[in-house]
Amino acid sequence: MATARLMGSSIKRREDPRFITGKGNYTDDLKLPGMTYAAFVRSEHANARIRGIDTARARAHPGVVAIFTGKDMTGVNSLPCGWLLPELKVPQHPPLATEAARCVGDPVAIVIAESQTAALDAADLVKVDWDVLPSVTSTARAATPGAPQIHEVAPNNIAFKFQIGDAAETDAAFTKADVVVKKRIVNQRLVANAMEPRACVARYEDATGDLTLWVTSQNPHVHRLLMTAFVLGIPEHKVRVIAPDVGGGFGSKIFLYNEETVCSWATRQIKRPIRWTSDRREAFQTDAQGRDHVTDAEVALSKDGTMLGLRVKTTANLGAYLSTFAPAVPTFLYATLLNGVYAFGAIHAEVTGVFTNTTPVDAYRGAGRPEAAYLLERMVDACAAALKMDPAELRKKNFIPKFDNGYQTKVALMYDSGNYGPCFDTLLQMLDYKKFRADQAAARAQGRLLGVGFSTYIEACSIAPSKVVGALGAQAGLWESGKVRVHPTGKVTVFTGSHSHGQGHETTFAQLAADQLGIPMDDVDIVHGDTGIVPFGMGTYGSRSASVGGTAILMSINKIKEKGKRIAAHLLEASPGDMDYANGQFFVKGSPEKAVPFGTVALVAYVPHNFPEGVEPGLEETSFYDPSNFCFPFGAHACVVEVDPDTGHVKILRYLAVDDVGNVINPMIVDGMVHGGIAQGVGQALWEGAVYDDTSGQLITGSMMDYALPKADGLPMYETARTVTPTPVNPLGIKGAGETGTIASTPAVVNAVVDALSGLGVDHFEAMPLTPERVWKAVQAATSGK
Amino acid sequence: MYPAQFDYHTPGTVKEALDLLGKYKDDAKLLAGGHSLLPAMKFRLARPAHLVDLRKVPGLAGIKEEGGSLVIGAMTTHWAVESSPLVKAKCPVLAQTAAQIGDPMVRNMGTIGGSLSHADPAADYPATIIALNAEMVVEGPKGKRTIKVDDFFKSLMTTAVGPDEILTEVRVPVCGANVGCAYMKFPHPASRFAVVGVAAALTVEGGKVSKASIGITGAGTKAVRAKGVEAALLGKALDAATIQAAAEKAPDGVDVQADLQGSVEYKTHLLKVFAKRAIEAAAKK
Amino acid sequence: MKTKVTMTINGVSYSHEVEPRMLLVHFIRELAGLTGTHVGCDTSQCGACTINLNGLAVKSCTLLAVQADGAQITTIEGLAKDGKLHPIQEAFWEKHGLQCGFCTPGMIMSAAQILQRNPNPSEAEIRHELEGNLCRCTGYHNIVKAIQYAAETMAKR
Repeated sequence: MATARLMGSSIKRREDPRFITGKGNYTDDLKLPGMTYAAFVRSEHANARIRGIDTARARAHPGVVAIFTGKDMTGVNSLPCGWLLPELKVPQHPPLATEAARCVGDPVAIVIAESQTAALDAADLVKVDWDVLPSVTSTARAATPGAPQIHEVAPNNIAFKFQIGDAAETDAAFTKADVVVKKRIVNQRLVANAMEPRACVARYEDATGDLTLWVTSQNPHVHRLLMTAFVLGIPEHKVRVIAPDVGGGFGSKIFLYNEETVCSWATRQIKRPIRWTSDRREAFQTDAQGRDHVTDAEVALSKDGTMLGLRVKTTANLGAYLSTFAPAVPTFLYATLLNGVYAFGAIHAEVTGVFTNTTPVDAYRGAGRPEAAYLLERMVDACAAALKMDPAELRKKNFIPKFDNGYQTKVALMYDSGNYGPCFDTLLQMLDYKKFRADQAAARAQGRLLGVGFSTYIEACSIAPSKVVGALGAQAGLWESGKVRVHPTGKVTVFTGSHSHGQGHETTFAQLAADQLGIPMDDVDIVHGDTGIVPFGMGTYGSRSASVGGTAILMSINKIKEKGKRIAAHLLEASPGDMDYANGQFFVKGSPEKAVPFGTVALVAYVPHNFPEGVEPGLEETSFYDPSNFCFPFGAHACVVEVDPDTGHVKILRYLAVDDVGNVINPMIVDGMVHGGIAQGVGQALWEGAVYDDTSGQLITGSMMDYALPKADGLPMYETARTVTPTPVNPLGIKGAGETGTIASTPAVVNAVVDALSGLGVDHFEAMPLTPERVWKAVQAATSGK
Repeated sequence: MYPAQFDYHTPGTVKEALDLLGKYKDDAKLLAGGHSLLPAMKFRLARPAHLVDLRKVPGLAGIKEEGGSLVIGAMTTHWAVESSPLVKAKCPVLAQTAAQIGDPMVRNMGTIGGSLSHADPAADYPATIIALNAEMVVEGPKGKRTIKVDDFFKSLMTTAVGPDEILTEVRVPVCGANVGCAYMKFPHPASRFAVVGVAAALTVEGGKVSKASIGITGAGTKAVRAKGVEAALLGKALDAATIQAAAEKAPDGVDVQADLQGSVEYKTHLLKVFAKRAIEAAAKK
Repeated sequence: MKTKVTMTINGVSYSHEVEPRMLLVHFIRELAGLTGTHVGCDTSQCGACTINLNGLAVKSCTLLAVQADGAQITTIEGLAKDGKLHPIQEAFWEKHGLQCGFCTPGMIMSAAQILQRNPNPSEAEIRHELEGNLCRCTGYHNIVKAIQYAAETMAKR
């Protein structure tokens, strides 16, 4: 049966033939007649007033078409912030800085030329007269007295203060605690580093007034709406945004950026197409970055290990401006997840968002949830150490018991369904935990430092419903669209508002649609990423595509089936209420021989010579799905490491992951996303970190020579498994799988290193990544200082 | 990303190349494999007005044995060294060092002459050619001269090759049967340059070290000879205590530089660790 | 001062007057119109621009087009022969060795050299030889599997 074959099958991806032959269509591949090329003049300073900009020499450079500064962009508004917390301080963020630059890389002018080289050469000739001011980049220092003030609207550089949970209840929990464990936890700043740098091509057609923007976007409709309605003030319906093949996003391509906004404005001035492609240096300086928290956390425990309370105080670095969804990340995507999978008696969290002279911070794979999971999982291990309990036992003792439909956390969220114990037990079996502890002891006797780290995480996907997120400050709805067009021959085109930039929607959504319709997968095509042909959609982030986008498609398919039943009933002279549908056939219930194939119904719908009264011709349906709640995938990961005591070098020996993402469309694709997520989380634990010089404000790790991305030789083969707890939130039972690996792996790795060093007396690392030097110094401090 | 404009020259002989250097002086840069120079030019940190590409000069690439030495042309790529049966047979540590540079694609283009002339303080080759007591042959307007490796690295990214000269050959003495050599490095997690790298060449006669030659790269502003380590090994049997004591001398004379990869304290420590590892590995051969 | 450069890419000769500063990758992408070769970094770390030049895998963002004058070049577009995928291409598809696809051409071109030099590499050897190629999507697991699978299928042919 087709149904059983497609859903849950590891079908090879239909995207791949073009990618493996070099026939992908990325934005920078696009060539248009009359194309011009843009280069941006950027601030070299972290905080500086613009006294003047001299473009005379640049304008005279051969091949220059136009140069614009912020002063030329009259009538253009600030880049908007799409999530407004109460009393949020929202500074101006002009697409080209006019008065001052607030971080290195802030653009002040665009140079447009006949060639890329001419644009770059001329950009070199633009002279900006800077009044350089003191800057601050440090998260901990941003709001301290005497720190340079960045925006007038935000005294002490504070953008917002946020709190969640019950302070009094939490105080009471700490009062009755037998043991309190306190740690400072720094979650360092990361650079997303999608392999494809951001790019755009903007083309204005004078004769029609139409503007087309090809852009590396995870959500082209959101890009269009923000850019037209909020910034440029041009009619939304005259703008078409196309996100063609996009080479990874990890959050960094959600946001509306200066560059595509300026190019879209400038093409209307010069009436020629403009292409801009970021180089990697620009990507490091201007792609929204991730994480960057400094947190003081404390857990109240009873002697037996019951987690009574959690108190968290976090300072979140937002960078120089509020990026599109920045305020949501350290608040509603972080503090609301601090309950984890544990039955805490009370929780209270305070978050202060601060401005610094750094690249804006926004959602990066996991967005808030990795910060919460890292904090919790690190604290749980610290608690286990303080209580001299086994970290696996302490987890099991505090897991929220199995629930099928709803668990009210202490931090606002209502979990959908969960069964954490079996998932963790599966992991312990795969690991052979007892044997590991024996091996570890034997290795220690030989001076070898082995360690295991656990991470039993929860994550929140498919953030919704719109009414609730609106009340929390979102300036957008968080539903998704799905349109199903059945052609007269019974072939199907599905239009989704989700966007694939590596997730494989062309395969998984075709599996879903073909499975539901009982037709061959080859008869289904998936279209996404083009506001000109796809209904308004919210795009892809937060592991939402399959659960939210997939459900929207399912809803349209159900409408198709209902209409098809009426048409088929008419052809069979039966009652629509007696009709059923399976395996590509409409048939009379109980009489499967009385059937009409899907293709026949499709043809009749478009050639309606013999057609039921009151039914419109055609067979095409659109749905918008607004979920009733988030979905909450969970899982248990373990990492086994060996630490070289001489150098502090950490080698990962094993990495195991048991995830529960609800139902799965394509296990191969889900496994692939888990693998990639793990690598990114390992990257945060061991290698990655954006480092700014707090005096000059320069990004020291500004290239791939300096910023260490995970490489093949630092990673093992991952051992993966799944448990399946379908969500009751959506009819597909799918929770979401795109970010689990990243959320889970960072604490698993760090806990493993701490475990390896626990025999020496190391119980915590305040900062990541665990560079060899940090590990070595921890060993030195533990062995010499005590 | 594009370099600033320049004029491009492809001399057909060393003489022509030298003439171009003489003519354009500081405005000229030699191009070998380009894997250090071109990235710098793309960032416009280097803006030579004239680029003198040596790829058409015959005879600059190749490996041969001559008078007890391997003679390696300056334009010989890291891959050619790494994969050369002659190098593997006569001086395996050099092949092993080449194999640790950058990545396979970089090794296909990068050259030994380019690397040594560039004198990046974290490059791999310098440690090994110090340990192997190589000699560099340079040609200039006044003809050829030979520079001993101990006179070669002058300061940060500066060698004894004059601005009007070209490094044409590296002469590496063949390792004898009683010589054990090894190069051990702690790689930068991103660039894979050496955070520290130590090369050791030990001659053992009658159970005692009769000659010790140790080169260090990565930690300081230039590659240096670890004279303290050499002295501590000379005349001794290679037991654990000797090796440990000798390795402790590795930081002597290294102007250790702190950066994101390590404080002075940590890199100083790493020098000892990798000196020990290099000596131990060399002792096993 | 423009220079005439001629090179053969995937069996087709291309001749253009170029500025000496034009990088080989831009010659391939902009002048030959072969956009499968990508630019992912500035510093020759990522390997997305990997091509084969006269039999060697190289990073085409760190070569000048003038340096490749007279060269024989194969890019990702030239790997399939007579409409049949190269076994490494097949293997990346079969083993899900790609997600967003951006690093993939360089990954495959690099893998081709790995297997040319060592037809039966170990997992550790594959991981080590991938030192010059970055992927942000796959965590490398399935890339390693794909190269192992390609080694097996190529050994059978």
